[in-house]
Amino acid sequence: MNAIEVKGLAKKFNGFAAVDGINFEIKEGEIFGLLGPNGAGKTTTISMLSTILKPTSGSATINGFNLATQQNDVRMSIGIVFQDPSLDDELTGRENLDFHGRLYGVSSKERKEKIKAVLELVELEEKADSQVKTYSGGMKRRLELARGLIHMPKILFLDEPTIGLDPQTRRKLWEYIKRINSEKGTTMILTTHYMEEADFLCNRIAIVDKGKIIASNTPEKLKQVLGGDVITLEASEPESLKKVVGKMAGINEVTIFGDKLNVTANNGSTVLPRIIKVAHDNGVSIRSATLKSPSLEDVFIHYTGRAIREEEADSKNAMRLRMRVGWR
Amino acid sequence: MIEFRVVYTMWLREMKRWWRSKPRMIGSLSMPILWLVVMGIGLGSSFSIPNAAFNYLVFVSPGIIGMSLLFTSIFSGVSVIWDRQFGFLKEILVSPVSRTSIVIGKMVGSSTVSLITGLVILFIVILLNGVSSLVLNPISLLQTVAFMSLISFSFVSVGLVIASKLTNMEGFQMIMSLLVMPTFFLSGAMFPIENAPQWMKAVAHIDPLMYGVDGMRSSLTGISQYPMMVDFTILVAFCVVMVALASHLFSRIE
Repeated sequence: MNAIEVKGLAKKFNGFAAVDGINFEIKEGEIFGLLGPNGAGKTTTISMLSTILKPTSGSATINGFNLATQQNDVRMSIGIVFQDPSLDDELTGRENLDFHGRLYGVSSKERKEKIKAVLELVELEEKADSQVKTYSGGMKRRLELARGLIHMPKILFLDEPTIGLDPQTRRKLWEYIKRINSEKGTTMILTTHYMEEADFLCNRIAIVDKGKIIASNTPEKLKQVLGGDVITLEASEPESLKKVVGKMAGINEVTIFGDKLNVTANNGSTVLPRIIKVAHDNGVSIRSATLKSPSLEDVFIHYTGRAIREEEADSKNAMRLRMRVGWR
Repeated sequence: MIEFRVVYTMWLREMKRWWRSKPRMIGSLSMPILWLVVMGIGLGSSFSIPNAAFNYLVFVSPGIIGMSLLFTSIFSGVSVIWDRQFGFLKEILVSPVSRTSIVIGKMVGSSTVSLITGLVILFIVILLNGVSSLVLNPISLLQTVAFMSLISFSFVSVGLVIASKLTNMEGFQMIMSLLVMPTFFLSGAMFPIENAPQWMKAVAHIDPLMYGVDGMRSSLTGISQYPMMVDFTILVAFCVVMVALASHLFSRIE
């Protein structure tokens, strides 16, 4: 059985399509990632699937329940870690977990056991009886992850679970997520704009851009699309460099993004010296060159001609989009 | 449908937050006490109500209880805005429980806080006035507590209605000066409405707190503008309307 099935799901805000008719399926026990820049529609998708927002059109089943007609069953089947913090700072960690358990109708005896177990899982036993306002950002995130598990949901929604965390804390959180998935078999859907995160955690990834899924597969298969290695070149005249390099043999594809050039080739290490020579002969100067195996970032560039990171600079736009899906 | 488990959960949270926040607790108690002492005793020593059988402190006491209830209730209701800003409201709203239960739970919790504060003020009122200058018996106390509960529930609901429309604390000052203070001043808490000019009387009659203060004055002093049943009926009606409105607006938050 599929844990989640989504058909033609769309959400419009004042005529602007934040999510523009997406389809995907998530198998039980899978970790599925929605990868894309800020404002691509990931959070809106999660908000719809978790019953927070009503879809403009399309349908979905979650754990076998119809999103439109069986809202309470859907809510009971899922746990959510929101992008923005959602804890009661005045309460202690344990009280936050207890509150959640009570709301979800977990019996008193079971609540005690579960709270103990999840606190152990995210290693917060010692801090459990301090008020949440004394927690660090990483600890709050861990508590939220623990809270999402109290009622033993079949599916866990993780919306940008490690946003704003330092690399070490992020690693730690990834471990917890992996462990929950392998030990409890919890299906997970997560959104992220961190390539490494999607690569490390997800069994399958859907690349999202401007409200649409533009590619969906396992991370390995997505990267294979590029074929071989990726050479990134920085040049003063990327256009003319593209013209020159495009004619060379042994090259699969050339994509321009910004003032850079991505060249994919089956055998990058022998192609790179030739590119440099050809460029030199044609009077095009190359400022820098890197050779690496393809990353999901390169996959995104391949499909959109832009880097995910470029979008981050456009924070005002992302902000506006977030305002629209906010709770107002 | 109301799930008592949810109502209890919401109530429990409210109690914990209240008990933990001592500055807020002290703040909500000290202001009414200040008013009682400064206004009741200070002003009362050189000012008396024309043709009244009792002194100003006795007159103003039910009014100050009303003020304490009004302030605590409205602020407690409005505090949902904080829950929204800190994201906790999301956690509550995506849980598989009915919105009505959530609202009722919040109301019961906030009203309890307000009522406890009000009872402390009532106790201080009795201490300051002395037992002999008030009507104190089980029935009068029960009537007073009934009015106090109604006032609490009504104005917690008013706070929730405001919170469902207001998305941040920027409009807070406006609510204070355009809603809360007029409601207090025109409730007959500080001076008898009967002696006021006609236009002010008219405005006071649409002030629900006026009926609450009048009701408590009736039960605690035996003297009031309207029969207790009239005050009670009007206040119950207002309370029902506000509770329904708050529940309705809350269930529509997306």
